[in-house]
Amino acid sequence: MAQTGKPSVRHPSLKVNKLGLTQRDYEGSMSTLCAGCGHDSITASLVQAFFELEIEPHKVAKLSGIGCSSKTPAYFLKEAHGFNSVHGRMPSIATGANAANRGMTYIGVSGDGDSLSIGLGQLCHAIRRNVDMLYIIENNGVYGLTKGQFSASADVGTKAKKGEENRMGPIDPVALALSLGASFVGKGFSGDKQQLVPLIKAGLSHKGFALLDVISPCVTFNDHQGSTKSYQYTRDHVQEVVETDFVPVLHEITAEQASGDVTSVAMHDGSVVKFRPVAEGYDPTDRDGAYSHIATRQAAGEVATGLLYIEKGSQDVHSFENTVEESLVDLDFEELCPGNQILQELQKQWR
Amino acid sequence: MKPTDVSRPEYYHKVVDCQWGCPAHTPVPEYIRLIAQGRFTESYMLNRESNVFPGILGRTCDRPCEPACRRVRVEDEPVAICRLKRVAADLRGDVGHLLPSPPTEKNGKKIALIGAGPASLTVANDLMPLGYECEIFEQLSRSGGLMRTNIPAFRLPAEVLDEEIDMILDMGVQVHYDHPIDSLQSLLDQDRFDAVFVGTGAPKGKELNIPGREEGDANIHIGIEWLESVHFDHIKEIGEKVLIIGVGNTAMDCCRTSKRIGGVDVKVVARKGRPYFKASAWELEDAEEEQVEILENHSPSRFVLENGSLVGMEFELVEWEADENGRLVSKVLDSKIVPCDDVILAIGQDNAFPWIERDIGIDFNDWEMPVVDKTTFQTTRDGVFVGGDAAWGPENIIWAVEHGHQAAISIDNYCQGQSLVNRPAYGMNLVSQKMGLHSWSYGSEYDASQRAKMNHVDLVERFKALEVEVELGFDAEQTAIEVERCLNCDIQTSFSAPLCIECDACIDVCPVYCLTITDNGSEEEMRDRLTAPAENTDQDLYISEELPQTARIMVKDEDLCVHCGLCAERCPTAAWDMAKFDLLIPYAGKPTWTESAEAASTISS
Repeated sequence: MAQTGKPSVRHPSLKVNKLGLTQRDYEGSMSTLCAGCGHDSITASLVQAFFELEIEPHKVAKLSGIGCSSKTPAYFLKEAHGFNSVHGRMPSIATGANAANRGMTYIGVSGDGDSLSIGLGQLCHAIRRNVDMLYIIENNGVYGLTKGQFSASADVGTKAKKGEENRMGPIDPVALALSLGASFVGKGFSGDKQQLVPLIKAGLSHKGFALLDVISPCVTFNDHQGSTKSYQYTRDHVQEVVETDFVPVLHEITAEQASGDVTSVAMHDGSVVKFRPVAEGYDPTDRDGAYSHIATRQAAGEVATGLLYIEKGSQDVHSFENTVEESLVDLDFEELCPGNQILQELQKQWR
Repeated sequence: MKPTDVSRPEYYHKVVDCQWGCPAHTPVPEYIRLIAQGRFTESYMLNRESNVFPGILGRTCDRPCEPACRRVRVEDEPVAICRLKRVAADLRGDVGHLLPSPPTEKNGKKIALIGAGPASLTVANDLMPLGYECEIFEQLSRSGGLMRTNIPAFRLPAEVLDEEIDMILDMGVQVHYDHPIDSLQSLLDQDRFDAVFVGTGAPKGKELNIPGREEGDANIHIGIEWLESVHFDHIKEIGEKVLIIGVGNTAMDCCRTSKRIGGVDVKVVARKGRPYFKASAWELEDAEEEQVEILENHSPSRFVLENGSLVGMEFELVEWEADENGRLVSKVLDSKIVPCDDVILAIGQDNAFPWIERDIGIDFNDWEMPVVDKTTFQTTRDGVFVGGDAAWGPENIIWAVEHGHQAAISIDNYCQGQSLVNRPAYGMNLVSQKMGLHSWSYGSEYDASQRAKMNHVDLVERFKALEVEVELGFDAEQTAIEVERCLNCDIQTSFSAPLCIECDACIDVCPVYCLTITDNGSEEEMRDRLTAPAENTDQDLYISEELPQTARIMVKDEDLCVHCGLCAERCPTAAWDMAKFDLLIPYAGKPTWTESAEAASTISS
């Protein structure tokens, strides 16, 4: 019985990053999700991405709502901070946390139920505010935790395990995010880590709200024939439109050799996201073009994946609210609470 | 790369590093699990099947299994395999009713076995239950060969030897003690035997011919002869200052024996430095615990005599450097006289066959060794077989046992008029160990405990008599911990490509990054781009058939797998399973299940 935990034994030649940590140090507790759940692969991709980005685990906040997806923050970065919020309310908690302490890396993990049904309004406002966080939707098209009812992302015509067909149109988080002005929109597949890890790294480094919609098959309720979110169906219909590579600050100089069709977007911290369109003429910095390309592919029954849109020079909520540079936790008490007299003076402005 | 053929026993056998490393292919993980379950008798019998002398080997084996142990690669100390074997032997119940018994009606074939050491005894062990009549000719008055005369009783008590040897002899083996064979010709001329097995060991200690050797002879002893004399009480004491020349395991036995019969200042002298010592690390450790001093880089140049008696030895102090061919060459720095009362030479053993006539159809090579076939153990004369140290020079007991098994197969085939070259094949069983959703029939958890340290009798107590066994064996708690250190390498990760949906669950959960789903390629190139680079090329890569969804392949690097079973637990389709591999070893007259099944199918078709 090894369900209780991954053994402590390690590969003797594990690499360490500049913090002296190995990839194993970025793991969390043992997953209690169903064996074969796509969410576990996303977890593994997160572990790899955080390790490679050499992020200090204690400077990360993991936030989630309710659902299978929302259990996953327990399975990576055990040394990080975590908040498991009310169903669908994670974006508000993240917004608040980010407002108070902008010095941390925020990662929200949600699902299609948590984000597209009960929490849809919350998601929209987090996008609108451009809260500086990576928001992952582990999208499997069903409510796995309540035995596999169709979720709001279920495609028309997809079949449930017992055979009934879904007739209601889906909410596509990618199209939604693009139309709401999201500054970073990507789509991945849990079964393709080579694509997913750079997307996560780019999303984590993006200044502003990075939405990553990841198809993550539910092996228990939605991995059968007739499902449009199974491993097999996704593999058959995925069309990578952009190949993405993430180049961290340190390696930029050596990795500068770019071939003609590679575009680079500099991130605020000096790192670079490079991409090479696979679909001809695709430009991930063109919001309208991206929207129409994705819609066309969708009509053709394909799933467009990759870094679909990125806004150059994205400004997050702190920039347009003109907040202080430091995190509130780093301010002295006198600065944070200057006292009644200053409050009175401030209020005078609006009298 | 081509998909791995896991239907060949070799593939999974090699994964069980200890069993692969053991010349007799003892099923180590299985016997350790039996110990863990408290089934000491079963564990003992399982051992006995392949290595015949579990009690003896549990104290004296050279342990080729331990450096091979996977645990060495995962952390650094192997499982104490050898001493766990002793636990089974010490704690077992009565095994009399479980031992093979010879048929009352014999098959009419008579076998002569020359020398009563482990090789001959193994041949008798394998042939007696088949109805053969075996006669052993032993030049000394006791059985066991070098196991008895060269391994001191403080390492291997006589009772242990007697009990295990008697298990064989009690099957009705006739032993002619004090019966050296002076002429093979005359033995063959008797025409009483259908086959002859030579298991006479390597009984001649090497000489050191340097000035003073002859003059000092009274106090210069040949290691193995000296140990034998001590064993037979012909020698009862030694001087206070003793030098042992050579640093192999015989040297260790000589120095520790000296300490018990009068030696006070005992030094072992080596020509080279510590990394080149032949003695097993644990034997060196035991000797040093008894305050034996070890002198490195001392090359003997002469024996020093005063008034006709030995007073010391002169050494050149040397330094070793590799020449352009990588061979070590010595450079003399200085010389030094080390005073001593006695010197014991333990610089190796030679074979000696003055009793085999050179004109009876047995070819000898340039080194005066009989030409023996590596597979059949037969000499160039039909019906004469050689095994153990007598075949190709000094090895160790476990090799002699395996030689005995193989020679027994040959002798059986020879006497039954069958080909010696067509050896019975190894077989295998592979059975799933799944008991439930997250439960296996074996303890799959990784236990991070450190290797148990053997308890020794304290220094004062052990020197009181030559027979005081130094090692106490593991106690119950040590055993309970040590058995859990075994990684159960025989519980194989068994993969079925058609079931795989490529969800990556196994890859993500593997604690040592063994698994990769990737595009096929050449071995060299793939080893570089796996989840963790597969740098240990001694260990195989498992290559699956093409996976159904993407036509990629599953690759497993066998090097560091701790057989925790997590891949199989996290696999949604049971494409991975943990299955117990049981190597079916053929013995004389006992082909494996696979062969019988094949034979049956041939008959029915």
